[in-house]
Amino acid sequence: MSSPKTLYDKIWDAHVAHEAEDGTCLLYIDRHLVHEVTSPQAFEGLRMAGRGVHAPDKTIAVPDHNVPTTLDRADATTMTEDSRVQVNALDANAKEFGIHYYPVSDVRQGIVHIVGPEQGWTLPGMTVVCGDSHTATHGAFGALAHGIGTSEVEHVLATQTLIQKKSLNMKVEITGKLKPGVTAKDITMSVIGETGTAGGTGYVIEYCGEAIRDLSMEGRMTVCNMAIEGGARAGLIAPDEKTFEYCMGRPHAPKGAQWEAALAYWKTLFTDEGAHFDKVVTLKGEDIAPSVTWGTSPEDVLPITAVVPSPSEFEGGKVEAVQRSLDYMGLEPGTPLSEIAIDTVFIGSCTNGRIEDLRAAAAILKGKKVKDGMRAMVVPGSGLVRAQAEEEGLADIFKEAGFEWRLAGCSMCLAMNPDQLAEGERCASTSNRNFEGRQGYKGRTHLVSPGMAAAAAISGKLTDVREVM
Amino acid sequence: MDKFDTLTGIAAPMPLVNIDTDMIIPKQFLKTIKRSGLGANLFDEMRFDRQGNEIPDFVLNKPQYREAEILVAGENFGCGSSREHAPWAIKDFGIRAVIAPSYADIFYNNCFKNGIIPIVLPQDQVDALMKDAEKGANARMTIDLEAQTVTSSDGDVFSFEVDSFKKHCLMNGLDDIGLTMEKSASIKSFEEAASQARPWV
Repeated sequence: MSSPKTLYDKIWDAHVAHEAEDGTCLLYIDRHLVHEVTSPQAFEGLRMAGRGVHAPDKTIAVPDHNVPTTLDRADATTMTEDSRVQVNALDANAKEFGIHYYPVSDVRQGIVHIVGPEQGWTLPGMTVVCGDSHTATHGAFGALAHGIGTSEVEHVLATQTLIQKKSLNMKVEITGKLKPGVTAKDITMSVIGETGTAGGTGYVIEYCGEAIRDLSMEGRMTVCNMAIEGGARAGLIAPDEKTFEYCMGRPHAPKGAQWEAALAYWKTLFTDEGAHFDKVVTLKGEDIAPSVTWGTSPEDVLPITAVVPSPSEFEGGKVEAVQRSLDYMGLEPGTPLSEIAIDTVFIGSCTNGRIEDLRAAAAILKGKKVKDGMRAMVVPGSGLVRAQAEEEGLADIFKEAGFEWRLAGCSMCLAMNPDQLAEGERCASTSNRNFEGRQGYKGRTHLVSPGMAAAAAISGKLTDVREVM
Repeated sequence: MDKFDTLTGIAAPMPLVNIDTDMIIPKQFLKTIKRSGLGANLFDEMRFDRQGNEIPDFVLNKPQYREAEILVAGENFGCGSSREHAPWAIKDFGIRAVIAPSYADIFYNNCFKNGIIPIVLPQDQVDALMKDAEKGANARMTIDLEAQTVTSSDGDVFSFEVDSFKKHCLMNGLDDIGLTMEKSASIKSFEEAASQARPWV
């Protein structure tokens, strides 16, 4: 009998197309997602070398990083010239190489990591890559999914494989139940708070435990999305009935006899009893609180009930980094996080731009108003999320509260399009990175869950969502 | 790809931990469809003020480090996004090697695709090289990839580990895609077997 395997071991073993004596493998890629920012040089590389796309049927492109989210974006002048060049290049490359494509004008367009699962491209047991670090999102389906650079994008386009060495196995277990007001976002941020942004470096994380099993598919995507923020190559969650139910009937999911065959295979995708993990982290679900970042690294995270820390509480190179963060963020040690006033609220991104996220924010906002003078925007993760939110009446709740109701894209998560913070502006954001300048030059980002973002919009300061539930 | 074998050059000290890809090359410079020209904006928001004037305190603006070819940095260098624009900018500026206790995974891999060697050394050795780098332009370090060593300006030698395949590709400037295509028979037979085992993929 073979030795027990982790979920990662199983998916890895099923995709090794070639293994050299030194352990360097060619890993076969089942789905390659492509967007406009990290692909033009890769397609150009193919052209220069006279190469084609090896498996156009497994390659899916959608513009998301650059696209405006304002309602008038059908007017091409809403895009800057350089953005338009990138989006036009993707249009042309998709056509030239015959890959699947969702243009800006298509209702199914959206953030690549939301479109993939929504359309049934992402399925359990697959290998999924994209020239974007948040490809980790797709791990929620029990798919091995990670970001790659542009040279690797070109490599996958040309060969449908990646040159890889296997990572180590890490288990992150969240035991028990979450308390009210605590979400998948708080889980994933708390894990990074515990392990640090390099805690997962060299590992693929499998998230497990009762609190993970209790999450919806949307919540699981939020957890896996930020695996990269913890340094891991990928995050994984074993598929279960919720996964199968989510996938069933999606446009590119298997049907009929193939569905039955797929289901039988998917049910083998779990970590065997006794399989070896190289690192284990366990958090109690009941100990996780609604969380918020105070600094400029995702590991700078604390419960909303805490105060801004002092550099003296840290060690090594982190002392200088914390001082730099506090200067950048304009914060004084000892200030209660719940007293920090904000100017802007951003709800969206591949971390929290799905329907469940919009429902959670709308539940807090119903019948309430955004505080005077604040800017608040909702950017649904895809055109279909937007349509569903309109059908459920969520859009009306946002608009009546004073939120802008936008079209789909990456938007203010990385501020490559016009959705940016002004210098010194402070934002409660449901996105994934609080790096310096991430949401705009000298902009200040506090990462929170959708409910916390909504609560902040009402009060004008970082707020414990449990006080307004 | 450019080869890397040995390099003797000025090392710039950047002791900050978690230097992320947004710092290395802010997103407004990702709107290019080329790989070249990004060096002008390397560390843009740390290097220039809003008017485009140099910030004199920033290490690469100091006279002794303007020609730096090596960076010595804090842990988790290159964390964040997958943007290969980060190594493209580093290379275009003229930096061919980074020395740090650890790197983010995607950035680390991206370096090797661009003729840059990301060297991992223990924190105490990075600290020693950081001190060496702080001496300025007269303190030139030498990196020898074949021997897998970094030699400080004082002659102290530090050995580093590097994956043998990555080293081979970097030393010979090999094109990964060409190498993989030599294994196309393996890829084809994998595809045939996989289409039987998992026809829905």
